[in-house]
Amino acid sequence: MTAHTTAHQTNFQKLIEKNHASVSLRRKVTNAVMLSVTGLMTILALIPLFWIIGYVVYKGGQYINLDFFIHTPRPLGMEGGGVLNAIQGTLIISGLASLIAIPPAILAAFYAANNPNTPLGVVLRFSTDVLSGIPSIVIGLFAYAIIVKPMGHYSGFAGAVAMAMLMLPTIIRTTEEMLKLVPHTLREASLGLGAPEWKTSISVVLPAALNGIMTGILLSVARAAGETAPLLFTALGNERYDLGLIIQSGIAQKQGFFEILKRVFDQPVDSLPLTLWKYAQQPYPERIEQSWAAALVLMIVILLINIFTRLWVESRKRRLQG
Amino acid sequence: MDNHNENQKSKEQGKAAMNKMEIKDLAVFYGKFRAVTDIQMDIQTNKITAIIGPSGCGKSTLLRSFNRMNDLTPSARVEGQILLDGENINVPGVDVVDVRRRIGMVFQRPNPFPKSIYDNVAYGPRLYGVRRKNDLDEIVEKSLKQAALWEEVKDKLHQSGLSISGGQQQRLCIARALAVEPEVILMDEPASALDPISTLKIEELMQELKKEYSIVIVTHNMQQAARVSDYTAMMMLSKEGERSGTVIEFDDTKAIFTRPKDKRTEDYVTGRFG
Ligand SMILES: Nc1ncnc2c1ncn2[C@@H]1O[C@H](COP(=O)(O)OP(=O)(O)OP(=O)(O)O)[C@@H](O)[C@H]1O
Ligand SMILES: [Mg+2]
Repeated sequence: MTAHTTAHQTNFQKLIEKNHASVSLRRKVTNAVMLSVTGLMTILALIPLFWIIGYVVYKGGQYINLDFFIHTPRPLGMEGGGVLNAIQGTLIISGLASLIAIPPAILAAFYAANNPNTPLGVVLRFSTDVLSGIPSIVIGLFAYAIIVKPMGHYSGFAGAVAMAMLMLPTIIRTTEEMLKLVPHTLREASLGLGAPEWKTSISVVLPAALNGIMTGILLSVARAAGETAPLLFTALGNERYDLGLIIQSGIAQKQGFFEILKRVFDQPVDSLPLTLWKYAQQPYPERIEQSWAAALVLMIVILLINIFTRLWVESRKRRLQG
Repeated sequence: MDNHNENQKSKEQGKAAMNKMEIKDLAVFYGKFRAVTDIQMDIQTNKITAIIGPSGCGKSTLLRSFNRMNDLTPSARVEGQILLDGENINVPGVDVVDVRRRIGMVFQRPNPFPKSIYDNVAYGPRLYGVRRKNDLDEIVEKSLKQAALWEEVKDKLHQSGLSISGGQQQRLCIARALAVEPEVILMDEPASALDPISTLKIEELMQELKKEYSIVIVTHNMQQAARVSDYTAMMMLSKEGERSGTVIEFDDTKAIFTRPKDKRTEDYVTGRFG
């Protein structure tokens, strides 16, 4: 290196050599200090997370057993009983809400990504921002006014609509961002082969962005599944809700698929956060315990949604990247 | 076609037979900005025509106007004539899809679709209604062979197009373009993202392909232009006024590199530009 051929050393090189020891010591010390500070902060930030998880597992774990997953609630004073109704409710409400929210959200995101500067594109972006800022309890109230009131009764369907409205803005936003990340030349390659715009969007752009879109949807579903407020005046809660019984009796009465579907969604339904919220207010230690257990089940359900989506995304990534 | 056009056609018959495309008085605007101006250029059948020039002089812009790709840029407007087999394709009412089928494009970065190798190549033919599996199999094999990729991928046609190397991906993109049986292939710096060996493969491939197709290639690599092309168009920004790009010299590749007429061409090809 030139640094050692002293004859040709510039002033700068001499200076570097002279200060080498002190500069490098200072660099090492700063590095060590910064590393410990950021490390400490990371640990501090993780404490509440693990505290919450640990506490819920500790409190809920004491009560949880198989019965808790496979039985509907029993009256107070009776042994056993579970939250099957709430687990089912959470799943069917989140499922229906996803069905309601995802298709329009993705189409809207395509529009916004392809036409960012048109008036409609700007309005869309502004409204998704506004919508995502609306408190979930207000959305619940709105669903009450437009669905529960006219229909005359609470229902899982109304809950799903409220939850869908909650999911809409996040899905639109993340999908739009993911679509924008798809390289422009990929679209052009398809259009250049003579494909129409819609075909390009569906068979080239969407698959290219699908991993990110799925992750976005997952986050918003997991978020929404944990919400209580939108379901308070919509799904209401129903301790005797049992999907298995509904389907069985439907089949026994020779009801068609759609009649059974109507029964599934057209009556009040419970959900895990609702159960948790209701039980936690009751003065009975048994209900409080069950409320902790419900919290644990809710966390497990959300974790499972997370894990399945992540596995799916990973396997798809591997398939694509070989 | 009106009479006048017919006349002109027969008059130029001898020459037109050799010219796959003729560009006349072409100018491209982005909004008010005149990016490219006053282009006169012939693309000869079964030859490779290179477009060289410094960054930003409008090479891509020019190339993209050849197959109406600039239609996809809302602010872009193309003036002048682009004749494909004597017929102006830069007029309203022309079937753009058909133009793009006849004039294929290969991009700077390999951009296979997130689909299997097979589905990448079959994408174009399917758009034009080829559905039978036997027909598609045949097209896929033929195109991959033409792109000199068949031997390397024939056992993994149903693996993702993204799972192969960058150089293979670029040949896959060429196969994808070939699958719709174009007549002209436009390549915008097709090897600039590739390693030297993959680049060489693409260059050899081009020599094969020109037997059946007319090729236009944009490149920053002087040696590449000298090695592969038959004709070279030198583009440069006009010094005065709007600073639009234009072709300052268009000639045999040999002439451009050994006895350029324009001083600026000479400076550029010898690396003294700047
Ligand atoms: N979509 C666009 N909108 C507005 N101006 C553009 C657009 N695309 C290119 N331009 C401008 O047109 C001019 C020519 O650009 P072009 O990309 O054709 O140059 P190029 O010769 O291909 O450059 P490079 O060698 O860097 O690829 C540049 O001034 C560029 O800024
Ligand atoms: Mg370019």
